[in-house]
Amino acid sequence: MNRLDKTELIFKVLAYTVATLFAIAALYPFIYTFSSAISGRQAVESGSVVLFPVDVQWDAFNDIIRGQYAKGFWIAYSNTIFYTLYGTLFSMLISVFAGYALSKDRLIFRRQINFLIVFTMWFSAGMIPTYLNYKRLGVDGRWGIIFAFGAQAFNIVLLRNYFSGISKEIEEAAIIDGANEFQVLWKIYIPMSKAAMATVTLFYALNRWNGYFWNRILVPDVDHPLQVFLRIYLDTTVNDPDQSLFNYNYSTQSMLYAMIVMSIIPIIIIYPYLQRYFAQGVNVGGVKE
Amino acid sequence: MKNDQIIIQEDVLQVERREKIIDEMERTKWKRYWAQVKKDWALYLMLIPVIMFFFLVRYLPISGILVAFKNYDNALAIGDQDFYGFFALKNLMFSDQTRTVEFWRAFRNTFSISMYGLIFGFPIPIILALFFSEIKNELYRSITQILSYLPNFISMVVITSIVSLMLAGGNQSGTVAPGVITQLLINLGVVEQGVNIRIEPEYFRSIYIISDIWQGAGYGSIVYFAAIMGINPVSYEAARIDGANKLAQVRYVTLPGMAPTLTIMLILRIGSVLSVGFEKVLLLYDVQNYSTSDVLSTYVIRLGSLMSGGGASGGGSQISVSFAGAADLFNSLIAMMLVLGANFVSRRVSETSLF
Repeated sequence: MNRLDKTELIFKVLAYTVATLFAIAALYPFIYTFSSAISGRQAVESGSVVLFPVDVQWDAFNDIIRGQYAKGFWIAYSNTIFYTLYGTLFSMLISVFAGYALSKDRLIFRRQINFLIVFTMWFSAGMIPTYLNYKRLGVDGRWGIIFAFGAQAFNIVLLRNYFSGISKEIEEAAIIDGANEFQVLWKIYIPMSKAAMATVTLFYALNRWNGYFWNRILVPDVDHPLQVFLRIYLDTTVNDPDQSLFNYNYSTQSMLYAMIVMSIIPIIIIYPYLQRYFAQGVNVGGVKE
Repeated sequence: MKNDQIIIQEDVLQVERREKIIDEMERTKWKRYWAQVKKDWALYLMLIPVIMFFFLVRYLPISGILVAFKNYDNALAIGDQDFYGFFALKNLMFSDQTRTVEFWRAFRNTFSISMYGLIFGFPIPIILALFFSEIKNELYRSITQILSYLPNFISMVVITSIVSLMLAGGNQSGTVAPGVITQLLINLGVVEQGVNIRIEPEYFRSIYIISDIWQGAGYGSIVYFAAIMGINPVSYEAARIDGANKLAQVRYVTLPGMAPTLTIMLILRIGSVLSVGFEKVLLLYDVQNYSTSDVLSTYVIRLGSLMSGGGASGGGSQISVSFAGAADLFNSLIAMMLVLGANFVSRRVSETSLF
């Protein structure tokens, strides 16, 4: 074996090893979380759960799904679903309209409007002014949150770039046939940009599902989404090092782990089917105006 | 000679005519714009929501920056408050109060977390992409790649909860064992029994940066992977014939091939050096490790009492909102300067720039 082959071989072995280790490391905490959620109190508190569950119990899940903790949990869960559903719809509505209009060369002030949108990616007024502004606008409830996080410049640019790549011929034919702008968008552009639409929808939905800080400081407790609920629960767990909250057969940690599992299940379920779209956004790039 | 004159005359006439046309166009500019708008009214209608949104949510707050120069009183509108000038900024940056110490501590922490994040976090996605591109079995490669992206889509609250629990130190009486990673570190002899690394100041940066790499490196590798895949295989072939081994191929073919992507990503990273993901710090830090963990954004949040319902949200000490505003402004300005600076340098050096 000559020297050339040797470096190639070493490189290959290294590549497989590192990629495999990284993939395992990415997955491990989630497996551990699930195993801990269904392990017995003794096992979790003594630290004997490492990978697989020990002394399997389903009471932690049971208690948050239909037991005594179910009420607060499902309120938070339905709030999250509400924010994700309506928020994504609202965001998509303004972003698709904006992306479509901005993809037209004949638009007057196209460059200026583009700049105003792209500028927000690089400059923000800061946290205090943003907060005071939300307060002044009256963002203090569910619909306020839906509005306040309406659109993101990156997603609009992504849609705009995709729309401008679509051939104009079909559009022109449709206009000759008497289609108006909305029909062109709905019947031609949207069906022809399924991939971009899926990617942007996914980004918006994930942002809504995962949002924490502003949801916590802007809306009252009853409107708190799941992430805020989870965090508040974590604070009580961490501040109670003896974890003496209950006398059940599962530990407070398992309760938290079970909530985490419940909160990421939707993502884990759709992930394998939609991973193509998850990975797409970064490659569209070309943010440059 | 005569011919030349005729040509000059014609030129003058043409220039005059052109000027007339330009004048006419300038005069009817708005009329023509209006005709355009009327014809494409639907397009402009579509832009109304987005313009309103960005105005209300992103541009309107800019006037609130004034809070840094005022004596904040939440009963009044920003415009009606007493003007204090640079009092808050000066007091924050150069006084002998704890506020000043905390401000500079937050500044230093922001900077060092970002710098370490850049030094360790920037190369790893590139190396990962290199390795992914080396795996020729497509199925195996896709599986490892897809798995490595996953943590990027999980919420910060969940990530930090898992990190906190895995790094927990256990309780004093020993009835609750340390978290699984703490346990591993104890077994390896890296930390001593009974040390709570979750709240010890000396571990915060490592925790922050390692968990960042764990969460983001896979996803971050996509863009480099695409760049590597875009390199013409013929270049590798040529290098191999010239006797280049694998390392030399990486050095002379792969890296130059992905140079534009590298530059853009590096500017992006440097530009955001001061915008440490505040949500993550907020979720991960603890009173006991403020000395290494408190960054400008989290300091602003505490000073403005955003989380506790005081200060900016009504009641509480109001002058501190002005201090928070000043710290906030400082942060935004430096962040902006870094973006512009990085962009400028890169445009000069490599003709690749963001804007």
